[in-house]
Amino acid sequence: MDYHSPASFAEASALAANATGTTRFLAGGTDVLVQLRSDLVTPNTLIDIKKINGVQDITRNADGSWTIGVAATGAEMSEHAELVRDWPGVVEAMDLIGSTQVQGRATLTGNLCNGSPAADSVPAMVAAGVTVTVTGPDGSREVAVEDIPTGPGRTALNKGELISAVNIPARGANGGDAYLRFIPRTEMDIAVVGVGVNLRLEGDTITEARVSLGAVAPTVLLVEDCAKAIIGSTLDEAALDALAAAASAACNPIDDKRGTIAFRTEVSGVLATRAAKIAYARAKGEQA
Amino acid sequence: MSKFHVSTTVNGDTVEYLCDPRETLLDCLRDKLNLTGAKEGCGTGDCGACSVTVDGRLVCSCLMLGVEADGKQIETVEGIAEGDVLHPLQQKFIEHAALQCGICTPGILVAAKSLLEKNPNPTEEETRYWLAGNLCRCTGYDKIIRAVMETAAELREAS
Amino acid sequence: MALDDRKSGFTFVGTRPNRPDGLDKVTGRAKFGADISAPGMLFGAVLRSPHAHARIVKIDASKAEAHKDVKAVVTRADFADVLFKPGLEGEFWNVLENVMAGEKALYDGHAVAAIAATSALAARDALKLIEVEYEVLPHVTDVDKAMATDAPVIREGAADYSVPEGMHPNVVRYHDSGHGDVEAGFAEADLVIEDSFVTEATHQGYIEPHACLAMLGNDGKGELWCTTQGHWIAQKTCAALLGIETSQLRVTASEIGGGFGGKTTVFIEPVALALSRKANRPVKLVMTRSEVFRATGPTSSASMDIKIGMKKDGTITAAQGVFRLQGGAFPGAPGDMTAMCAFAPYNLTNVKQIGYDVMANRPKQAAYRAPGAPMGAFAVESVIDELCKKLDLDPVDVRLKNAAHEGTKASYGPRYERIGLVETLVAAKAHPHYSAPLKPGQGRGISCGFWFNHGGETSVSLALSEDGSAQLMVGTPDIGGSRASMALMAAEVLGIPYENIRVTIADTATLGYNDVSHGSRVTYASGLATIKAAKHAVEKLSERAAAKWGIPVDAVKWEDGCAVPSGPNAGDFDPMPLADITADMGSTGGPISGHFEATPEGAGVSFGTHIVDAEVDPETGKTSVTRYTVIQDAGKAIHPTYVEGQYQGGAAQGIGWALNEEYIYGDDGRLQNSIFLDYRIPVASDLPMIDTVIVEVPNPGHPFGVRGVGETGIVPPLAAIANAVSHAAGVRMRQLPMSPPRILAALKDNG
Repeated sequence: MDYHSPASFAEASALAANATGTTRFLAGGTDVLVQLRSDLVTPNTLIDIKKINGVQDITRNADGSWTIGVAATGAEMSEHAELVRDWPGVVEAMDLIGSTQVQGRATLTGNLCNGSPAADSVPAMVAAGVTVTVTGPDGSREVAVEDIPTGPGRTALNKGELISAVNIPARGANGGDAYLRFIPRTEMDIAVVGVGVNLRLEGDTITEARVSLGAVAPTVLLVEDCAKAIIGSTLDEAALDALAAAASAACNPIDDKRGTIAFRTEVSGVLATRAAKIAYARAKGEQA
Repeated sequence: MSKFHVSTTVNGDTVEYLCDPRETLLDCLRDKLNLTGAKEGCGTGDCGACSVTVDGRLVCSCLMLGVEADGKQIETVEGIAEGDVLHPLQQKFIEHAALQCGICTPGILVAAKSLLEKNPNPTEEETRYWLAGNLCRCTGYDKIIRAVMETAAELREAS
Repeated sequence: MALDDRKSGFTFVGTRPNRPDGLDKVTGRAKFGADISAPGMLFGAVLRSPHAHARIVKIDASKAEAHKDVKAVVTRADFADVLFKPGLEGEFWNVLENVMAGEKALYDGHAVAAIAATSALAARDALKLIEVEYEVLPHVTDVDKAMATDAPVIREGAADYSVPEGMHPNVVRYHDSGHGDVEAGFAEADLVIEDSFVTEATHQGYIEPHACLAMLGNDGKGELWCTTQGHWIAQKTCAALLGIETSQLRVTASEIGGGFGGKTTVFIEPVALALSRKANRPVKLVMTRSEVFRATGPTSSASMDIKIGMKKDGTITAAQGVFRLQGGAFPGAPGDMTAMCAFAPYNLTNVKQIGYDVMANRPKQAAYRAPGAPMGAFAVESVIDELCKKLDLDPVDVRLKNAAHEGTKASYGPRYERIGLVETLVAAKAHPHYSAPLKPGQGRGISCGFWFNHGGETSVSLALSEDGSAQLMVGTPDIGGSRASMALMAAEVLGIPYENIRVTIADTATLGYNDVSHGSRVTYASGLATIKAAKHAVEKLSERAAAKWGIPVDAVKWEDGCAVPSGPNAGDFDPMPLADITADMGSTGGPISGHFEATPEGAGVSFGTHIVDAEVDPETGKTSVTRYTVIQDAGKAIHPTYVEGQYQGGAAQGIGWALNEEYIYGDDGRLQNSIFLDYRIPVASDLPMIDTVIVEVPNPGHPFGVRGVGETGIVPPLAAIANAVSHAAGVRMRQLPMSPPRILAALKDNG
């Protein structure tokens, strides 16, 4: 295995473009090292991107949007009070991944590029409308998070491409987001179901919403029917029932060691309503 | 592939080693520096027995490559006591029997010290969640949680 | 001293001093299995079968052997065929077959070859150069399916004489016991409930993987350092498997990072020795976590049918159980233990129990804390709970009404001596937990539990130093603070301070044989031996004092660390402290030591009662344990804090077993969850504080009244939690673990 620690994304991209065999980028390493240790994936080329200038930074831009460096850790995000205030759902989703120790290393970008349908931060990012900047041999492009995963362990990134920044939109007024997942224990598990909800209100009425489901299909889903179920409502019982039904209907899960089809289908509806209530309360400026 | 020369600081001492890029920081601490206090319980970041801090941040040393440690400040269980004076957490763990077999103890002490540095007054729930990545199979955590919270209380009184 | 010469007033016993090895264990200096190295050391790695059941057609290791970093490759051919006496049969053969596959790979993870190379990475890489040709065979992993007529046969001829004719060859042992007439008993009952239960296999889950450092030469002399619950059994087994003399292999036990029964046998140790012998260099071999899950002892899985009859007043009229235990691809599943323990808490006129030991394509089961007992208790105590519910009776009252006591004929045969079950139930009833109000959505469950406890072969040696301090050598590895208990008991007899006693876990070359740290035997048996060894030393001390005073030895008694005249007629002498006697012992008769070797038989059975509150989320099926109380008879708690620790640890493991831990096999017979991410043991945020009540009903078989406490604590939790969950969810849970998908499905089925 060759190890490189380039000083720029262009250099990183060139290394990857010219590499043969399996290439992995190393951010927090909490997935890459597990795969390495268990002989699942031993890359021929490992490119550590943490020596690139600014990759640790969490920046609020002039328009209120956020740029998260690709090596900014979950712990750094959770400690960033303004980011937590704007996007509590995204930060909580990231914070749910692994232990305190894992939080000291793990990154949004790594969680996304690992390509797991159960990645906690991904539904929250999809709901929040997050995009990523992809840098490759031909320059950079901006891609919606929901367009990155293409299947379990697979992404839309081409050879030589890597994510160089995570862009979270400006929160704006009267908005709130939330992420909930189901795990059998209280910590340390992979999501059996994950739900991200992001919405905006005018008065008590929901005017915009994005709902995303994790671990219930080969990729994280952005479910328009869930959004439709609550847009225009005050999140009354009927809207919540419709939301739950839409979430369950959108599921295309598998039976595996972590959960059953029936369980995932049922619980996605339950969590969607619970997450929506939290997001709604946050949009109203209430504690939740 | 040739090995990498790594220069780093462990418990305040400047150390150097050569490592294969596949070797973890835990491998390097244990096999190259003979610091066997950090343990490999799982190798997948699920048990916390290999906990150390890197530049003040709590991490699993099995989830970091040895080559990544270049230029970092690393603290391990071997560095918790000051000379012959045990850290209050170490003392309290002994007094409370907060260990049975003791294999998870180094990782839990490193993690608990990190908690108290960040939050001198943790609730029971905060303590339990902070330590959720440190598996203990012997104690049921009861005496561990009590030892950490009592140490926190004593440190608050002392300061 | 006669065993009935028991002590009741104590100076040291019952206090809570710091453990002697505390400093080592909080500073990282304690040396566990993987914490040692040797000059010239090689690193081993094991190649394992990816198939649940396959004939090994051919192993081609030529490419690996040719690799420059590889110094030895071993397969089954490198182990003893012709064996040193008493010959490799029975369990030795099973262990050999388990540590290195012979003709067939019998489970996913079964070792088929091993390598020693110059680095750990090189060894791992070189494993990939070994080519194994397999002929995949049909497999079976489920206990009921393994007993069915069409099940693939794991091994012909493995069954012993006990198995009735006509059973499938995978049924290898059969147990049948009880007394009275159960049919007559059921006829007397006002209500009979018959129900079936299933539990999945769980793993002991010790945090320290198996690890060892082995050195063996072709002169037949060897050294082995390993993490083990018993280094004499490791010595005996490794010697047999390698065809060397037992005494030529010195085994040193490292500090042990948890065992719970799983480190009572060998896995990688004989492999490392074989590699070392072939390479003529020391070999270190450390398992990965995945290897631990795939190839070391989980507990058995179980399938059980229970039938109990009860009168309206709560009297149990008859009880019957059939217990089918799957123990992997080898004989040894404790179906007999499950059967014998299941009804042991109760005073029954009519009881019958049948146990089956069944083989399947899974790793060889190993002991796990009261092996076999928790599953049976889960089934039996669930049915008792259901009877209480249907007859509207208080579950503690019903258990008190039927509780076994001194003189009761146990369900498994003998009459009980003094036991403490009733005392634990009385304490449960009086405990504030039992009467505390429950919140909506919560349920409360209780259960009793029983375990035999064990004595076992034991050797202890105690040597006094000139300055009056003492060194105590015991042979039972200290898994949870036993050095402290040993020092307390020695201090009690010698009358010198606890701190003046240094306790060492001796290696196999420095002490006589010791049975494993299992069966809750350490504080009982090594403790008893420590007391006897200390008394032996006291006899010699008294002789020296008598000689100095010029009086007969029977005119001297030992009090508070001093020789004193036994009465006014013995003479008027000032007390002579121990240190005054040892100061010149070299010239008054030589070094003073005490020792004791025996197989104590009076371990004293143990009972516990647990109370647990659980809350179930009706929308997701997720359970939280909100309150937990363990009440257990310790006989006499030597170091109460470590007794509490055993209670808490047993309860926590039981919570894991009840709620989330399980071996999950795919249709391909491969284990799907061989890492801690998916084998879900409780984490700190999953558990409440675990309250404990230590009941002390002295064991007549121990000088200080000790009963083992290590194992009983895992027997009641499965049932207690199942009862709590069933009350909280309003639906009876008959399968463990009660994972959220199972609870949610049960809720849906229930409408």
